[in-house]
Amino acid sequence: MATQTDIPVWREIGEAPHPGVAGEKATVAIVGGGPVGLAMAIELGSLGHRVLLLNRFDFISAGSKAICFSKRTLDIFDRLGVGDPIVNKGVSWNVGKVFWGASEDPVYHFDILPVKDQKRPGFINIQQYYVEELLFEAASKLSFVDLRFGHNVVAVEPDATGVDLKVETSEGTYEIRADWLIACDGSRSPVRAMLGLEFDGRVFEDNFLIADIKMEGDHPPERKFWFDPPFNPGQSALMHKQPDNVWRLDFQLGWNIDREAEVAPENVEPRVRALLGPGVPFSQEWYSIYTFQCRRMEHFLHGRVMFAGDSAHLVSPFGARGCNGGIADVDNLGWKLNLVLRGEAPESLLQTYDYEAIATADENIQNSTRSTDFMTPKSEASKAFRDAVLELSRDHPFARPFVNSGRLSTAVSYPNSPLNTADVDLWAGGIKPGSPALDAPLGGRWLLEMLGNWFVLLADGWQGPEPEDVDVVDIAFGNSNVDLIRDRYDFSPGSAYLIRPDQYVAARFRKPTLEAITQALQRAQGRQP
Amino acid sequence: MSKLIVTPNLPAVDDVYQWLVDAHVGLSDAESMRLNARLILLLANAIGDPQVIREAIDHATSIRGLESSSPCT
Ligand SMILES: Cc1cc2nc3c(=O)[nH]c(=O)nc-3n(C[C@H](O)[C@H](O)[C@H](O)COP(=O)(O)OP(=O)(O)OC[C@H]3O[C@@H](n4cnc5c(N)ncnc54)[C@H](O)[C@@H]3O)c2cc1C
Repeated sequence: MATQTDIPVWREIGEAPHPGVAGEKATVAIVGGGPVGLAMAIELGSLGHRVLLLNRFDFISAGSKAICFSKRTLDIFDRLGVGDPIVNKGVSWNVGKVFWGASEDPVYHFDILPVKDQKRPGFINIQQYYVEELLFEAASKLSFVDLRFGHNVVAVEPDATGVDLKVETSEGTYEIRADWLIACDGSRSPVRAMLGLEFDGRVFEDNFLIADIKMEGDHPPERKFWFDPPFNPGQSALMHKQPDNVWRLDFQLGWNIDREAEVAPENVEPRVRALLGPGVPFSQEWYSIYTFQCRRMEHFLHGRVMFAGDSAHLVSPFGARGCNGGIADVDNLGWKLNLVLRGEAPESLLQTYDYEAIATADENIQNSTRSTDFMTPKSEASKAFRDAVLELSRDHPFARPFVNSGRLSTAVSYPNSPLNTADVDLWAGGIKPGSPALDAPLGGRWLLEMLGNWFVLLADGWQGPEPEDVDVVDIAFGNSNVDLIRDRYDFSPGSAYLIRPDQYVAARFRKPTLEAITQALQRAQGRQP
Repeated sequence: MSKLIVTPNLPAVDDVYQWLVDAHVGLSDAESMRLNARLILLLANAIGDPQVIREAIDHATSIRGLESSSPCT
């Protein structure tokens, strides 16, 4: 279970000891200690649930994986108490530029965070191993979380009330029973395979070379994307800044290539030099080649077994929707499982994880598939449209938004979720039920810091007794300037929003009554059909 | 509710038709395809209503017999 020679090690964790006793029981077992499993452990562990996390390897791996973490993910990391160290280490950015051919002027550029005055930037770039390390450290501080690296799950047998697991270590195997199992075991998910579940989708016939290099110099922290640049004719390329003067260069290579030859430094380095220009010194961090697929499971909930992250859905990297999509699963599942474990909501609430997380996965798959088809047109007609967009975009502003080099990950809304209470009043804007709350400054802090982890009634001047079982955040209380919040939420005196523990809007009222709030709360907790 | 106008709506149809055909004179098939793509994008933006474009695509793709009129078959 320990070190595998072909996987580069970022940090040794060491194998957790064999438990030694038979018949251990866990409330929640998480299989997989990647970013999704670790975030899940923090979510449930900090809510006071006993969590056992099993991870095959006894180290955090290095190598080139995710670098782009979205604002929504940062908001979730804030809620989990790990936002600051991750953001402080990362490189913040908001702007992406797209180039075509040899021209120095972008054909298109976008700002991923058009609404300013929010705590977090549109994106940060940070190596996935830093994120995993910081999540690992936060999880290991929680007394309810038992992290067992170097423990490989080799069998799972679910029944109506729990799951029996068999775990392998270098000191032998052991068995353990969990009431619930969350499979965060990555794209090749052994749990999914052991349950015989399908993982359908599309394979994209293309290869990409990732050259993570070290280079001094201060280029701006923007996402740069090229279609058909002179240094990679007929293909695309991408450049991104990471912490520690590391840069990610990503070259599209096409399908019929010699992968082993392409990744050899003597072949990578001329490409890098051609991109950077002559005489720019750089050194190798890690070179690798990847291909990708878009897939998802038909359902993420299978009785007492739930799937989250890459085990449940896979996307192309353009748009940075992989890890960000997985963290969204954690956000969605955490509070629901919390309520079920506390006996405060029926198990059927978890069905809405299946519904909402699949809505997220589908939006992510759709966006990343479209980006990929734009970058690698699959037919002559498709190529004609793509080239027409690029040709027109030079002189015609209307064509520029069509340029698709990846639609970057943002929070997904669930307008038709069964947990929403439909509007009965008139709203001119604001945040609709099923959409995530929008941040804004509030009294020297940030609104999102006051939302989340439990149900909040966000009110603009609350009158009368407080409703039971919700925390009230009253923006009219105190004397800070709340014009921006009023504007963003279309507040009028006395109106209120009911906000879920994952900071999504469940309901909103111009003149809320206790009864209406209670009903909306029950619906949002799956306690009302 | 349907929004695409499918009754006669355009004056000077013979002129418009000729412009479309003339624009392709001397172009290879690939160049023609690209020209058409540019035209479609320009017109789609001018229409400015996704539903009209959706309906136009549905009307255009519902017409059978495209294969038999192709000179290549
Ligand atoms: C080149 C590249 C670039 C990317 N860029 C981005 C990006 O910029 N932004 C983004 O959001 N995403 C990006 N991604 C995707 C991102 O890396 C993944 O979505 C993310 O790692 C998924 O996390 P996870 O925890 O679900 O799975 P993983 O990270 O795969 O973790 C699964 C864990 O489960 C463990 N495991 C497996 N089987 C068992 C078992 N039987 N018992 C115990 N443990 C087991 C594994 O060892 C592993 O530690 C990128 C991916 C690649 C390859």
